[in-house]
Amino acid sequence: MASVTIEQVIKRYGDTQVMHGVDLDIQDGEFVVFVGPSGCGKSTLLRMIAGLEDISDGTIEIGGTVVNEVAPAKRGVAMVFQTYALYPHMTVYNNMAFGLKQAKMDKAEIDKRVRAAGEILHITDYLERTPKALSGGQRQRVAIGRAIVREPEVFLFDEPLSNLDAALRVQTRLEIARLHKRLGTTMIYVTHDQVEAMTLADKIVVLRDGRVEQVGAPVDLYERPKNTFVAQFIGSPKMNFFAPSALAATAPADLRGGSEDALLVGIRPEHLRVCEPSEAIVTARLDLIENLGEHVLAHMVATDGTEFIAKMETLPEGADTSAMQFTAAPERVHRFDKASGLRQ
Amino acid sequence: MAIVAQESRLSRVLWPILAWTIAIIFFFPIFWLVFTSFKTDADAVKPEHLIFFTPTLENYINMTENYDYWRFAINSVITSVFATLFALIVGVPCAYAMAFNPTRATKDILMWMLSTKMLPAAAVLYPMTFLTKNFLGIYDTHFLVIVVLCLINLPIVIWMLFTYFKEIPKEIIEAGKMDGVSTWGEIKDILIPLAWGGVASTALLCFIFCWNEAYWTVRLTTTEAATLSKLIEGNRAPEGLFFGRLSAVSAAAVGPIVVLGWFCQKQLVQGLTFGAVK
Ligand SMILES: Nc1ncnc2c1ncn2[C@@H]1O[C@H](COP(=O)(O)OP(=O)(O)O)[C@@H](O)[C@H]1O
Ligand SMILES: [Mg+2]
Repeated sequence: MASVTIEQVIKRYGDTQVMHGVDLDIQDGEFVVFVGPSGCGKSTLLRMIAGLEDISDGTIEIGGTVVNEVAPAKRGVAMVFQTYALYPHMTVYNNMAFGLKQAKMDKAEIDKRVRAAGEILHITDYLERTPKALSGGQRQRVAIGRAIVREPEVFLFDEPLSNLDAALRVQTRLEIARLHKRLGTTMIYVTHDQVEAMTLADKIVVLRDGRVEQVGAPVDLYERPKNTFVAQFIGSPKMNFFAPSALAATAPADLRGGSEDALLVGIRPEHLRVCEPSEAIVTARLDLIENLGEHVLAHMVATDGTEFIAKMETLPEGADTSAMQFTAAPERVHRFDKASGLRQ
Repeated sequence: MAIVAQESRLSRVLWPILAWTIAIIFFFPIFWLVFTSFKTDADAVKPEHLIFFTPTLENYINMTENYDYWRFAINSVITSVFATLFALIVGVPCAYAMAFNPTRATKDILMWMLSTKMLPAAAVLYPMTFLTKNFLGIYDTHFLVIVVLCLINLPIVIWMLFTYFKEIPKEIIEAGKMDGVSTWGEIKDILIPLAWGGVASTALLCFIFCWNEAYWTVRLTTTEAATLSKLIEGNRAPEGLFFGRLSAVSAAAVGPIVVLGWFCQKQLVQGLTFGAVK
């Protein structure tokens, strides 16, 4: 087990710079998720930790040692690839044993470790098959098994679930969470899916365009997003934004009266609730309703034309859908600077 | 619907006819070569014996007893095998590096390698002969033939291997790196087992090109390292007098490669289409 420290890390491909001085502390045993839109540099950062990409500038430490010039296999990390990247010409057993054989480990020890990993991942019955004869989910387990047997200090996952179907994704997500609980090893996990990030992480790192936007526990990011980007990225459906002029006359004076150029009010769909006209923060007509069974998503249009979504159990009985009033608890109302996007 | 059915019935008849016609047109010269090789030199030029003649093995016996066929054949085998081997020994690591660790120059290097094939061989004939004969003293040696055959085929070998290696997901090689494999281990334990078909068809094609090469093997050898191409060349008479003999020599020269090609058809087709057919 080990901590990981990233200091002022920069990555350039030729003349284009894609990581712009990333700083990050990852505690021993922590489950950290890198999340962000496609192309923001999640994989690049992970691959620099793995040793598959050179570090253009800055340092990465694993367990207190600077590893910039250390070969991947000597860093004490193991990686699970998005495409699994199993060796197609080897049996499942050999796929897992290959790295250990490279390390000249004792045969009996290799066998013990491979079988133990097989037990944990329920792939004991397939040990003699080749990857071709396995389903996607089984291949994913083998890929995880290959990482486990090496007993690494740090696990690295690059979008490990994105090639699985929805049901399997949820199941495997749980298994990865269980694995972390069982092994207690530091894990770094890359995904573009904020649900995966929220459910798995001890700590989420939101990246955008090669920069860290915010680091924090899932709840922190949800409740106190540092800026509009994080606010919109974490949570589904996205947070709604209102200009002061979009708000109802009954809205608190500091919101309603805020400078049109400076303030952006953010309220999550699940925090909007229908209320009496006297306490309304925003008034809107119903445009469309999506019924998802457990809840409905009401697509609303505010008086000034701003579109937003309200999430509720059902539409109130007999509501006048041409003019509905919504409010939210004061601690659920976020205020951002319009120009910089920063939280006020 | 009816038209489609009709069309497919028509094409079911037409395509095989077309295929067979083309196959026969291509095969005919080889057939005629073998056919003529069983005629005496005298019969071979007589119109009345164009089709009907008394078959004889005389040419083949003559070839092995008086023209040292086996020495030429062994030289062909030695030079082709070693040239292919060396081309692979250089080509595999080279293609590996370009496929998995490309730099900005990789594309240009590939083009440059191909461009060496555009130089007319005749342009360097004199320097080559002069250098090898008077300067290096390696004229008419196996070493020279092997080096020349290897270099001639290296661009195509690297191109083919590069194309095959490109199809192997980079992540598999990276997984190897994570598992602590050395560079040589990546090639030996991961790359070659995965691209085995591609390596085999490249080797086969290179071997065939080496075997059939005539321009340099004829000009850079006299006796010691002379290959079957040289034997054919030696039996060519300007007056066209020894057609029977020439046919026998030619048939015996292409024979091994035709047999080899026959047994490796699948590999060859794969190789020639550069992995386009999967
Ligand atoms: N080999 C490369 N050469 C040049 N640019 C690259 C290379 N690999 C990645 N990039 C660029 O780096 C950025 C980050 O990529 P990546 O880390 O793969 O993003 P993510 O995993 O978050 O989707 C992207 O803009 C991508 O175009
Ligand atoms: Mg990625």
